[in-house]
Amino acid sequence: MEGKGVPGENPMIRVTRKVEFSAAHYYHNPAFSPEENRRIFGKCNNPHGHGHNYVLEVTVAGEPDPATGMVLDLKELKDVLQREVVDRMDHRHLNYEVPELAGKIPTCENIAAVIWNLLEPKIKQGKLDRVRLYESSDLFADCTAGANGAGART
Amino acid sequence: MSQSLKLSLTRRYRFAASHRLYSAKFSDAENQRLYGKCSNPYGHGHNYVVEVKIAGPVDPATGMIANLGELDPFVEREVLEAFDHKYLNEEIAEFAETVPTTENVCREIYRRLKKFPAARLESVRIEETSNNSFEFAGERAESEVQHA
Repeated sequence: MEGKGVPGENPMIRVTRKVEFSAAHYYHNPAFSPEENRRIFGKCNNPHGHGHNYVLEVTVAGEPDPATGMVLDLKELKDVLQREVVDRMDHRHLNYEVPELAGKIPTCENIAAVIWNLLEPKIKQGKLDRVRLYESSDLFADCTAGANGAGART
Repeated sequence: MSQSLKLSLTRRYRFAASHRLYSAKFSDAENQRLYGKCSNPYGHGHNYVVEVKIAGPVDPATGMIANLGELDPFVEREVLEAFDHKYLNEEIAEFAETVPTTENVCREIYRRLKKFPAARLESVRIEETSNNSFEFAGERAESEVQHA
């Protein structure tokens, strides 16, 4: 076996794939009074909902396979993102149509964590490194593995 | 699946300001050599973009690390009101002696925002232009500094 082909000798590379989806949501906690909901969530509390063009950046880290030069097959990642995220969330109302978000306020932080949990078991080559979800060009949430990689689920 | 996750939220803000890179510790010729056209005595300006990253647990009741209804006015009050449409060298007291390079602007804005009470400030990243950006995530821990 040639040295260059030994796994573990190649430097780690991060690969990022971007995908977009459009969805509606609003913020409302039934445990709060209507006044509290309006005070805490402001215009995001409008019960008719509003929407965003979300931009999702998914980063996978790993060593390129010496034979293919790839950390993972981007076509497979594209298919996973389509199946797990776009098919679930695109042109949906996040409060009503995405079971994984049931009982949660569909903030950028919570959606990013749900997307992490959907994708993490599906990444077979490399390791999920970061989920970055833009709600607008001026606001995004990052989700990464916690310090010791195990513990209470967010 | 039962993995602990780390979440952060990043918000982008903007201000426009002028500055001049000049240090009284150097001669005019040295300033010119060091800072080039950035040392033009009349100053020049940029449209700065400030990325503020906060981290911490997500409050289950709100789904938020911190409410933007608190973060936005805090950044407005502590930074944007002071910096927007100002001449940094003369109108920000901290730059009376310190050269307002974007490295130093980054540190100063980090210092001001570190006091945000509702979440932990993770980092401040400033785009001076679309080609130049600077990031500050706080001073290193004592142990790291000793070995640096």
